Parts: sequence; C-alpha cells; structure tokens
Amino acid sequence: MWIEWTIATKFLYEGKVQSTLILVGIAVGVAVIVFLTALITGLQSNIINRTLGTQAHIKVQPTEERNRILPPAAGSVQLVLEDKRAQRLRSINNWQQVRDMLDTLPRVTAVSPVITGPAFARRGEALQSVALVGIDAPRYQRIIPIQNDIVAGVFRIGAGDAVIGKQLATDLGLRAGDKLRLDGGQKRESVVNVAGIFELGVRELDSRYVYLEMKQVQSLLNLPGAATIIDVTVDDIFDAQTVAARITRLTGLKAESWMETNAQLMNALRSQSLSTQMISAFVALSVALGIASVLSVSVIQRTREIGILRAMGTSRHQMLRVFLIQGALFGLAGSLLGGLAGYGLVGAFNTFGPKLFYIPVNPWLLVAAAGLAMVTGIISAAVPARRAASLDPVEAIRHV
Amino acid sequence: MSEHDASQEVLRMEGLRISYNVGKPTEVEVLHGLDLRLQRRDFAALVGASGSGKSTLLNLIGLLDRPTAGELFLLAEPTRSMDDARRTEVRGSAIGFVFQFHHLIQAFTTLENVLMPLMVATGKPTREQIDRGRGLLAQVGLEGLEQRKPDQLSGGQQQRVAVARALITHPALLLADEPTGNLDSKSATEVFQLFRNFNREFGCAVLLVTHDSRMSEQCDRTITLVDGNIESDA
Repeated sequence: MWIEWTIATKFLYEGKVQSTLILVGIAVGVAVIVFLTALITGLQSNIINRTLGTQAHIKVQPTEERNRILPPAAGSVQLVLEDKRAQRLRSINNWQQVRDMLDTLPRVTAVSPVITGPAFARRGEALQSVALVGIDAPRYQRIIPIQNDIVAGVFRIGAGDAVIGKQLATDLGLRAGDKLRLDGGQKRESVVNVAGIFELGVRELDSRYVYLEMKQVQSLLNLPGAATIIDVTVDDIFDAQTVAARITRLTGLKAESWMETNAQLMNALRSQSLSTQMISAFVALSVALGIASVLSVSVIQRTREIGILRAMGTSRHQMLRVFLIQGALFGLAGSLLGGLAGYGLVGAFNTFGPKLFYIPVNPWLLVAAAGLAMVTGIISAAVPARRAASLDPVEAIRHV
Repeated sequence: MSEHDASQEVLRMEGLRISYNVGKPTEVEVLHGLDLRLQRRDFAALVGASGSGKSTLLNLIGLLDRPTAGELFLLAEPTRSMDDARRTEVRGSAIGFVFQFHHLIQAFTTLENVLMPLMVATGKPTREQIDRGRGLLAQVGLEGLEQRKPDQLSGGQQQRVAVARALITHPALLLADEPTGNLDSKSATEVFQLFRNFNREFGCAVLLVTHDSRMSEQCDRTITLVDGNIESDA
C-alpha cells in the first residue's frame, strides 16, 4: 500500500489548486450537513422536552361509555336509532390495582393516578373556569416536576393547600397565602389556601390548573375514591406508542401516547426530519459527484503518467487503489474540515444566535460524518479509478 | 544460434503477428509473422521507415501489447497466455524502458523516479536500493541532482534519468524507443554512450529503435523492418 499511498498523495499535492478547491467544496457540504443535523436535532429535542415537560408520555383513561343494545331475536330485523352517550366523568375501576400493575411494567419509569375535572374558581366578583387536578404529590412530581417551576410560595398540597398557575393568579389577583374559593357545581364548594404559584410556560396550564390533594378533588367532583386518569412516563419517549398499546391490551383501558395526543406535532417533527434527510442526501450526492468529477478529470490529466507507471510494472490493482485512496482522502480531509466548520457554526449559533434553544454538540456526529464521507469518497472514486486501471499502457503513454 | 546456451537467450519470437481492429472491416495486420532472437549482450538497432511497425514491435516485446498470433518468449517463458498481473510483473522485473519523450513523473524527484520500478514492485525502498539509485544517477552524470524535480532538468538530463530508471531493476532487456530523437547531438551521443556502457557492464540486451543512421551504424546488429517484415538482420 505504501507506493499507492505515496503516488496518491504526491499527485494530490502536485495538483494543489484542484485538490484545495474540491476539498473546500466537500468541507462546505459536510459543514452544511453537520450544522443542519445538529440544528434540527437540537430544535426537535427542545420541542419535545418543552411539550413533554408538561405532560405525561401516556395517559390511561376509562374506555368511552357506549349504549348497550340487545341483539335482535333470531329471525327478526332490528332498526336502531341511537344517540351517542354523553361522557360523564368516571373513575378508572380498581385504579389502585392498575397503578400497582403499571409500576411493574418494564420501560415504565413513573406512574401517577390523577383525578381531574372542571370547576370554577372565584374570588370576590371574579370568576374563572379551572381544571381541578387532584394528585398524589410524590408520584406526580416524577412525571411533571412542578416544584422546579414554582415562582411564588412553595409546592405544598393537601390539608386545604393548593398550587395554582401564574396566569390564574394574575387573573384573580392572587398571591401566595391568599384564599381561593373553588366551586365544583351542585353546591360543592370549598375554600383553599394558595400555597404556591407555578409557571410552566404553557398558557393553557398556567391559566387553568389548580393542583390539590386527590381527596379534596374527589369530594368537589363527587367522585369518592376515584382516579380519572393514570399518567405514565416511559424511559424512551419514542417507545410510548408501543407501551401504550401494551397497557391497553393488559388493562382494557384506553391508553393514549403523547404521539397520539400530539399527532400534529409528531407529523411536523417527522416532516422536518424527512426534509433534513433529503437536504443532507442531496448535499452528499453533490459532494460525491464533485469528488467523482475531479478524479475523472485527474485521470485524464494523468493518463500519460498512468501509462508510464503501468510500463514501470504498476499493476491494475495498484492503479485502482491510487485513485480510491485519493477519493477516501478527499472524503476524510473534507469531512474533518467541514465537521469543524459545522461545529464552529453550532458554537456561533449557541453564542450569538437567537438563544431560543441550545444545540447540543455530539462528537459522534463528526465521527459518523467522517466515516460516511470517506465511504462516499471511495464510492465516488470507483468509476474514475476503474477507468485509470483499465487504461491501455500503450495508448496512455502516447496520450499528450 | 542454436548452439547458444538457452539461458543466454533473452528474447525469442516465433511467427509473431499482430492485427488491429480484428473482426472488423478495417482489420489490418501490422506485423506479418516475425522470427527474431536476442541474446544477452546483444546491442541491436531496430530501424525502418515510420509506419513499418517498429513501435508496435517494441510494445509487443515490452508486453504492453498482445500478439494476435505466434509466440514471444521472454527469458524462455512464453508470454502470450500470461494474465495481466504476470505480464505486469515480468515487465517490471525483466524489462527496462526508455521512451522518446523521457516520460518522467513530475510529482516525484529525480531519485524517486529512478527508484519507481522498485517502489511499485516492493514498496518503500531500502537503504541499499536508494544507494543503488544514487549510484546509477552518478553513473549517468547527475550526481547531486537527486532531489530535483524533472522540470528542473534539461532534456538531455531528463533522458539520462530515464536511462537510470530503466536500469534500476537490472533488467535482462532494455528497450529504447528513439531515446535520442528529442535530444541535441551532444546529449544524444552521451545517452547512446550510456547504453553502450550498461550493455557491457550489466550484460543486458539492448534493443534500440532509431531513425538515426549514425546511431544504428554504431550498433552490433541492425534489424531492418519494412512493412511489418524483417527485411534484414545483420
């Protein structure tokens, strides 16, 4: 391999301008791919974190209530006019057992029973519709760490203490320590103490959520001992769908993954990934074609020298390897340069960009890009290299 | 010549023919069944008008081309059925080439050009091989120019580098295609003298294609090619 390597590098060095130009071309292509991949990966993980930071990966709920219609008697025809049933708030049957069973499921990292229902929050003349969320605080915090988002007071629920969103606090003019009247309908009212105020950054939650102890919500909604939803998180968010399907099979309950509840988001993320991959593929293709064309020109330029080398006893295989090495070198050097440039761009984005989100730097991306570019270089070099190897020495030497 | 020792025979051609565009309407036979032998220490000139087939014959002998019929023995080994890898190997080890246009490789230094046939065969040159290369360069009068690039040498110097390169493998046969055709008469004489010296010193057979009658007259043997046939060999 020594002589192939030597010839390859000497030829590249001799054609400095050409080598530099194509190297810059490859580097730009790789930089675009690295930066774009890092940017989109960062953006997507940011979106997912923000979305999932405030919701469970899987929500387990009772199945919908349906009308039960007797089957027609044998030999008779039945005409049915059916009104869909209104879905009243119901508890999950035996939710304690379901909770304990979910605790044992593989891949599940946290399980939290929740009772949630509508109510009014009242202070003086002001009235706001709210969502009561009765939680088992230690379990719930493993799903949504609200204690990290407390902006006033403390995270404490139970014994008449509630934690409310910042928007709701503003709307009702509440501060930590103030009293709040909650109306669950049908004269079920209670007055709670606002122990803490949270801000999750999601308007819907910040303006409507009122966290309470489960018991208090059960009595406000007149559902003693009930849990309407069991929130579940899993270790790999993209496995949520699979785990949800498993939960449905095991419990007969409705289990919805975040992918279903955020179908549009998923769709957007998928489209984004797809377009990124398309751009990367086309950039890679043009880089490959660039390498191939430069080497093709190089083979023509060096036809006579190839002929001489062949006459000196260089074998076809050696000739082939010379140009494959050149392709690999172009790919490797170009991708290292481009990778560094790409990281430079990422660094610049993180430092001087809009700072809406941070792009994590993954060193493996550089390794992968370098490896891939090297393989691309070798593949691109295959056609010109074969051409060089198949040159007839007699013809080649006569070539001017 | 049959009384000669077979090991002394470098080249033997039997009924060697070559045609181009075989099977096409434009098929043309360039060499019409040549018989020729070259012994070690032969110093032969190959002369003929242009188009008589000199270069074609040289390419055949140099295993750069394949005959359509007949057989060519190099060092008693039949070459027609050799595969490409073996031909390349034999070409690299047994034959030295000097072309009309020196044909050095620009990307390498003078010394590296001389060592090229060894490097492609065995890789990184050993100290002993490098010394041999330096020695040959000194013998062709280019001592001290080892690290120059070919374009920093004159035409005559470049051709002398090419001669040194052809001899680095101690080939049994040295083929030269109008090696002095591109040189002024002084350089031409010098290069020719080099061939003479190496022929004596290394005992390698030399086959020299030339247009120059003064040059062919100084050879031991003159083979005249006319329209693809050997007209005279004396």
